[in-house]
Amino acid sequence: MKLIIATIKPFKLEEVREALTAAGVRGMMVTEIKGFGSQSGHTEIYRGAEYEVNFVPKIKLEIVVSAAMVDSVVETITKTAQTGKIGDGKIFVLDVLQAIRVRTGETNEDAL
Amino acid sequence: MKNLSTIAVAAALIALPTLGFAQEEADMTPPNGEIGYIFTTFMFLVTGFLVMFMAAGFAMLEAGLVRQKNVTMQLTKNVALYAIAAVMYYLIGYNLMYPGDGWSIDGILGAFSPTSLEPVGLAETETDLTYASVGSDFFFQLVFCATTCSIVSGTLAERIKLWPFLIFCVILTALIYPIQASWKWGGGFLDAGGFLDFAGSTVVHSVGGWCALSGALILGARIGKYKDGKVIPIMGSNLPLATLGTFILWLGWFGFNGGSQLYMDTAGNVADISRIFANTNTAAAGGAIAALILTQILYKKVDLTMVLNGSLAGLVSITAEPLTPGLGAATLIGAVGGVLVVFAVPFLDKLKIDDAVGAIPVHLFCGIWGTLAVCLTNGDASFGTQLYSIIVVGIFTFVVSGVVWFILKAIIGIRVSEEEEINGLDMAELGMEAYPEFSKS
Repeated sequence: MKLIIATIKPFKLEEVREALTAAGVRGMMVTEIKGFGSQSGHTEIYRGAEYEVNFVPKIKLEIVVSAAMVDSVVETITKTAQTGKIGDGKIFVLDVLQAIRVRTGETNEDAL
Repeated sequence: MKNLSTIAVAAALIALPTLGFAQEEADMTPPNGEIGYIFTTFMFLVTGFLVMFMAAGFAMLEAGLVRQKNVTMQLTKNVALYAIAAVMYYLIGYNLMYPGDGWSIDGILGAFSPTSLEPVGLAETETDLTYASVGSDFFFQLVFCATTCSIVSGTLAERIKLWPFLIFCVILTALIYPIQASWKWGGGFLDAGGFLDFAGSTVVHSVGGWCALSGALILGARIGKYKDGKVIPIMGSNLPLATLGTFILWLGWFGFNGGSQLYMDTAGNVADISRIFANTNTAAAGGAIAALILTQILYKKVDLTMVLNGSLAGLVSITAEPLTPGLGAATLIGAVGGVLVVFAVPFLDKLKIDDAVGAIPVHLFCGIWGTLAVCLTNGDASFGTQLYSIIVVGIFTFVVSGVVWFILKAIIGIRVSEEEEINGLDMAELGMEAYPEFSKS
């Protein structure tokens, strides 16, 4: 089992969700986050004073899938979240040691 | 609409005798001699409650432009200052501002006595039917006094303690405002000298602005506003409220300027009030459009808060003379106000004068501009007299308000502690939040 953490542009969330469910993903966790990458934010002006927006709003997806599905999930996210412009986000893949479904006590891949 | 009003008045007058015959037993028809008194009084009551609603406009504008941790405090100050103005103007202000023949020092200091109204039903009195009821005039003047006080609260937001601020409001509404207003509107020495200020660019707006300026200088900037020679913007928490507040002020201004015609007893006066409404509206539009275009050019993006300030700047600019300009001149006078604000806000920041809502650029800078702009369209105005009066009122208000702020600072302190300021005045001084279920920013 793998945990896929992806940060994407907020306006892409619905498109990514639809593509992932179509690809067989049965659940995900979504969080509104702020952060910065190599772009390091940008500047805006409020009432004549310039200021830096250091943390840009992003959406964080957390998805746990079987090892066999990882490549297709990563490919789906990359394809749908991509705009080609700076700030499209990143994807991380981590190992998951255990999964338990609270209602039934099923474990690991049965619990996904 | 101008013709319709004239026809309505004429129809009422023609109908009077017939109605009199038709209802011999209970004749409720007002005698002809009372018509002017009735219309003018009615006009004061309607325009008065429009101006009263400006208190809500200021409250919403300020609530929107401060951070959410200070919103409850800003609302508290606004409702409290309006109530204080109402009581102080009754106790001292009205007769100090309008002493009639009872000046304590001729043309300079009015009378010290509480306001008294006419007896119920005007019983057993010889009422002067050429003007309006005392009750309506008192109410109309009271709401102007409250407006002056509202201007101060925005500038000093997010760092001033509640009670010292309210004590200042007592002195402003009981003494500072009525004394300087008596010089012009009470028939004092500035009026005798030919000073023209129709609805109060100087008497109301610049006075509020001067008090805000002296307060801001003595109080100091909010923590974190100026750091390492840079201006750090402190964003407003609710721009929908700020926009609603601006529209409420825009609406209230029809009462502010329109009611200042002071008479609605002839077709000529009704036409003038209509002219004032149209000019007031177009000046606000001019100010808003000027700020809209200028922020797009200067900053590449439109700044809503500047557009809101721009419309108010247009309104303040036209207030000294909303009657004589045509629509074109009124639009331009307002537009100049809008331009002034866009430059004045960063200018004050350069001087490290922290004005949380832009009240000093709007009410002081544009109040001065509007008072000078009277000369553009009113042949009776003299530039020298306008300038002299601006300076006299400015020095008096700035010095007296400065002394009051200094005394308050020395005796009880006017600023909250650093920790209280960072935590927000809502929890520190009031123990309640405006948006308790929202996460803190």
